[in-house]
Amino acid sequence: MDQLSLAVESSHARRQRLGERLFASATLIAAVLVLALLGGVTIALVNGAWPALARFQLGFVTRSIWNPVTEQFGALAAVYGTIITSLIAMLIAVPVSFGVAVFLTELSPRWLKRPVGVAIELLAAVPSIIFGIWGLFVLAPILQETVEPWLIGLLGPLPAIGPLFRGPPYGIGVLTAALVLAIMVLPFISSVMRDVFETVPDVLKESGYGLGATTWEVVWQVVVPHSRVGIVGGIMLGLGRALGETMAVTFVIGNAHRISSSLLAPGTTISASIANEFTEAVGSLYTSSLIALGVLLFLITFSVIAVARFMLLRLERRALSSV
Amino acid sequence: MSRSLRRKVTNALALALSAVATVIGLTCLAAILWTLVSDGLAGVSGHLFTDMTPPPGSAGGLLNAIYGSAALTVIGILIGAPIGILAGTYLAEYGRETRLAGVIRFINDVLLSAPSIIVGLFIYQVVVVPVGHFSAVAGALALAVIAIPVTVRTTEDMLRLVPQGMKDASTALGAYPWRTILGVVYPAARSGIVTGLLLAIARVSGETAPLLFTALNNQFWSTDLAAPIANLPVVIYQFAMSPYPEWQQLAWSGALLITLTILLLSIAARFVLAVLQPAKRSR
Repeated sequence: MDQLSLAVESSHARRQRLGERLFASATLIAAVLVLALLGGVTIALVNGAWPALARFQLGFVTRSIWNPVTEQFGALAAVYGTIITSLIAMLIAVPVSFGVAVFLTELSPRWLKRPVGVAIELLAAVPSIIFGIWGLFVLAPILQETVEPWLIGLLGPLPAIGPLFRGPPYGIGVLTAALVLAIMVLPFISSVMRDVFETVPDVLKESGYGLGATTWEVVWQVVVPHSRVGIVGGIMLGLGRALGETMAVTFVIGNAHRISSSLLAPGTTISASIANEFTEAVGSLYTSSLIALGVLLFLITFSVIAVARFMLLRLERRALSSV
Repeated sequence: MSRSLRRKVTNALALALSAVATVIGLTCLAAILWTLVSDGLAGVSGHLFTDMTPPPGSAGGLLNAIYGSAALTVIGILIGAPIGILAGTYLAEYGRETRLAGVIRFINDVLLSAPSIIVGLFIYQVVVVPVGHFSAVAGALALAVIAIPVTVRTTEDMLRLVPQGMKDASTALGAYPWRTILGVVYPAARSGIVTGLLLAIARVSGETAPLLFTALNNQFWSTDLAAPIANLPVVIYQFAMSPYPEWQQLAWSGALLITLTILLLSIAARFVLAVLQPAKRSR
């Protein structure tokens, strides 16, 4: 090789190396940015919440008073509302989603499988505000006029669970919010469960059938134990969504910072309080208290989501290693 | 009852319940879509797309909100997508199974399902407070933060589908990884990346909570990115909560518009993946 082509060659190689270094560092920077995003969110929120947390200390979590006039703020009512609405929503949505997933994987005729599956996946993409306004304009009036009076008459006088169903039928309140949440997370949990059920190897199911098991016995004794981790992971992801959901709840919860024994009474959740009050909050302590609510929500959902992702990750690894 | 009969009855009962659950679930969801279409269509007219959001008690349209939503979404994606695609490339091509990549993957999954109102609070703290007022830029940044994890996830998944043999062939020709990625991997995964972008747009365009205290709202026509800007989700929120029938009607029409847009985007995403991807493989 003569001198000239060697020089050309090396300048080409140098350009390639430079390009490699630039591109590789660009991707690395972008990836680290994702990491920094979570750190940034944590720092910004704790920073904003600091005045309120320093002022009320542990009392912020243990008191349910929320009075902007006297500037006394406690998160207990909002935390309670967040947890109770999500729990009721999961109590409704999980069994129904399980049914949908079983139907889609084991029961549905082949021609129905795809349309129903696709419909459910598309519905999971419908924005939550749609569920919110439907809850406010359609579901709440129905509940107020028919369902809630009936519940009050039927369950109100009972000794143990009676107090949950007493008081006037407002239409909007904890129960309505929970129902809207349940409908909203339903497509999401169903499609995760279906995906998990489909990871069960056919051989396992076939050996169940070979032993003479019924479809239900195969589902309950083969499919469910095999996909247990994935099911719990999917439920936790749904729970994470329900806990942090804002718009579906804000419309129908009634935004009352109190803990009522009745599920029919208005309440509030963390996200609904922030959405309702943030832009109207006067004074730095009020704003800071709302951000502190955000910190609590972040802690709650972060732990739920982290557990869920960890479980789903384990399932993925197992699926990979069994291939 | 004999044992075998009991098993059969249990089986029939359980399967019937699962069918009932499916019917109940689909009925609820169909009811929502039905209300949305019937109530939303009632307000659809030319004015919806030519008039501004009205003051209480008078008729109007959603032009400024539609424009604002489009602008916020476009800017948000323009900021978020490149970061997301690059980070996804790192995870799929450079980081792979390293510890750092594992941590980033996990954090990204957490961000993917983090409550969007938290993102709103975050941008409020780092953009709105220092600047001193709400702005379209803040709204777009909030949407970008939401778009990033979605794009990272889909990009990584799609790049990993590209056969290792194609990358090896490029490497064997003496190409550096960046040439391989730009010249072989990206073109091969193009339809997957486009799908990811469409899904990110769909996800972002219905978000309400993060816009409430970043972009805020604006009753008038505004293209000023430093000022609050009208946008469909927040307009729907405010109008639906109001006692005025005209506003509530506009809220339903806006809701229908958003849902149709998102459903179209989701269907387009499936179409791109289903139709373009196999065609490429068979070549």
